[in-house]
Amino acid sequence: MTNEAPLLDASGVEKRFGAVVALKAAALTIRRGEIVALMGANGAGKSTFVKILTGALRADGGHVKIRGTERTVGSPAEARKSGLVPVYQEPSLIPDLDVADNLRLGGTDPAKFTAWMAELGFERFDLTAMIRELPLATLRIIDLARALASEPDVLLLDEMTAALPTDLVEAVLKVVKQQAEAGRSVIYISHRFAEIAAVCHRAVVLRDGLTQGEVPIEDGAEERIVEMMLGEAIKPGETAAQRAAPPPQGTPRAAVKNLGATGKLSDVSFALHPGEVLGVVALEGQGQDELFEVLAGARKPDRGSIEVEGTPRRFTHPADAIAAGLSFVPGNRADALAMQQSVRDNLALPFSARARAWGPINMRREGEVVANTIDRLQIDTRAQGEVGRLSGGNQQKVTIGRWLAHGCDTLLLFDPTRGIDVRTKRQIYPLVRELAASGASVLFYSSELEEIQMACDRCIVIFNGRVVDTMPAAEADEPRLMRAAYGLTGDAA
Amino acid sequence: MTRAKALLRDYPIIPLLILLALLVGTLEIMRPGIVGERWIANTVKFAIPLAMLAACQTLTMLTGGIDLSAAIVATISSFVMATLVPFYGATGAILLSLLPAVAIGLLNGIGVGLFRVHPLIITLGTGLIGTGCLQVYQSTVIATGSEVPEALAWLGTGRTWGFPNALVLFVPFAALILYAQRRTGFGRLLFAMGDNEGAARLAGVRGWQVHLALYALSGLIAGIAGLLYVGLIKAPSLSLAVPLMLPSVAAAVIGGTSIFGGRGGYAGTIVGALILTVLGTMLTLLQMPEGVRRILFGGIILGVAAIHLRLTDTR
Repeated sequence: MTNEAPLLDASGVEKRFGAVVALKAAALTIRRGEIVALMGANGAGKSTFVKILTGALRADGGHVKIRGTERTVGSPAEARKSGLVPVYQEPSLIPDLDVADNLRLGGTDPAKFTAWMAELGFERFDLTAMIRELPLATLRIIDLARALASEPDVLLLDEMTAALPTDLVEAVLKVVKQQAEAGRSVIYISHRFAEIAAVCHRAVVLRDGLTQGEVPIEDGAEERIVEMMLGEAIKPGETAAQRAAPPPQGTPRAAVKNLGATGKLSDVSFALHPGEVLGVVALEGQGQDELFEVLAGARKPDRGSIEVEGTPRRFTHPADAIAAGLSFVPGNRADALAMQQSVRDNLALPFSARARAWGPINMRREGEVVANTIDRLQIDTRAQGEVGRLSGGNQQKVTIGRWLAHGCDTLLLFDPTRGIDVRTKRQIYPLVRELAASGASVLFYSSELEEIQMACDRCIVIFNGRVVDTMPAAEADEPRLMRAAYGLTGDAA
Repeated sequence: MTRAKALLRDYPIIPLLILLALLVGTLEIMRPGIVGERWIANTVKFAIPLAMLAACQTLTMLTGGIDLSAAIVATISSFVMATLVPFYGATGAILLSLLPAVAIGLLNGIGVGLFRVHPLIITLGTGLIGTGCLQVYQSTVIATGSEVPEALAWLGTGRTWGFPNALVLFVPFAALILYAQRRTGFGRLLFAMGDNEGAARLAGVRGWQVHLALYALSGLIAGIAGLLYVGLIKAPSLSLAVPLMLPSVAAAVIGGTSIFGGRGGYAGTIVGALILTVLGTMLTLLQMPEGVRRILFGGIILGVAAIHLRLTDTR
């Protein structure tokens, strides 16, 4: 078997966008039965490399060999034909069709698909469900099952487990291992070391558009990978235990009472104080999406009340929430950004929102504010003419930076570190702390439990649309959060 | 090659200017001596009303919309103005004639902004209603006769030191639009709304306000364009500016404004209007049957739009 040509062998792959060099010399070899992690910090060129391998972009130079034959993968369809099937971060399903119709579009065998869904923990999956009505986590599993049903030689998973609840992550990892055992290969892209350690054989590390090298997954691999990715050592952030927050008192910045909306959110109450970072922990689809949307003014509540600084408020539009000092950073960056516009236009967008600000813009003052924000968040501005060309982490910085530039009393962060690299994550936690120190309040939902201790003072756990547990961050270790998130709170405080 | 491509992407107007120069060159070869001061002034004169109507399309297209009522609005304001001159004098007639223009624009804005009707449908509908109203209006004022004020004729057809007088209106107009599209809050919102309306909403933008203001502005611009155009044609009629309808959309598209919103701008549209006008002259000179000319005109528009997209595509 070892003499067989690799399934996929890419070397010296180059790509530039105008003046920006995204890839200088990217390389990746994968053989039958291998699971290879592709790693790199934001802006390392990972997404570009993946798009080239899967035919979504054309390379400017380099070689891509499939089973030993040189190929130019001209389109995603060609990539699929040669056995390389990707599952991207954004589900590629048509919202207004049901599952069966979506399968038909891609020519997927429903029987095989259903079998894979069962394998992934969705027994007797209903093929008549409308895509629009399914939660994001389910959509990603559907995308995966669809890819698996086509029996790919090389399966490419891009941040597959981001935003997945733990039980589904386990199911995905199990299936990935099975692929390798069946003699197929997987390219696994993730920022989560635990998962990589659990399933991958080796990691290929990209930095600045260059493949820096390969690390076999063994003890101590994590440190070597991080070093390769960053070119420097990183320090773990400060944790809650080191902060020793005093218990909050006085009038809360925002007080939510018995809030409910559309079935999923049944009855949530909590208070958020000035200078406090309140964590929100929940499995997928427990009502946290609705909670944030209601607070952001993007969805009307069915019942309950919101008080800001002691005054009852009713939001009918996000503009109302913003006027009350509540600013929302949604979980999906594509929901918050005008992708074809510049970093500057995106950062300055809230300034123009109100009709009284429709007149001439003070370009110099705006320029200063924008420059300060870029500087403060260390946004990589190599492709600042178009936000869509920035890496995911930099896009996230723009969505947060917009509200820093505009100023806000309460920041509603919904899973702000989803699918972004370690370095950016470690920039976001101190930033959140810094905001709190300057008197702002932050509501911080995270799908990664360890973040609660890194960023928050207190946290609430939501299960089935209700707050089932509240605790100081210092006590919020992963086992306790996990138990509470599954609704197992016999000993709740 | 990549550098040239980057340049084209950053300045998409360059290939358009090159195309314009090529067309003018071809024309000079076809009919030596035709390109002179007088011809240029004439071309500019005819391109200006088109460019103004194309401003309606550009601005609405930036938000992902379109204004198919623009040419009819222009016709209405010109006809109403000409029939009111005998009663209210030139100034009064001009001001009054802009009222129906803004009214139709507001109606479009209400439809798009408040009732979420697709811009294509609502502007098509109000355009038809406007056409009908104009016919009813004509039958009631049939006896009074009509008159195009001196001032509009001067603006539409006159030349001063070789320059068309219409530039007196158009240069400040174009400067204002070019300034407003990037350096005013309203202009920025047009791009943001066309790019991602949901994101604009989350940033606190009340979309209906933008749509209402935008379509009312589009109506006003169309009305002014109609007044200028009747000054050029000097014969008010029920279908005066209607032939400019599709060319106004074409000028914006050739100029690089995306019909899906978020991309483009007025500078390209101005060049697009010039290209279409020169193209029109060229096809007229070819002395072909009207049908063949139209086929060529349509084909060339498609070709130019496709090539322009290729050149400026980022992929």
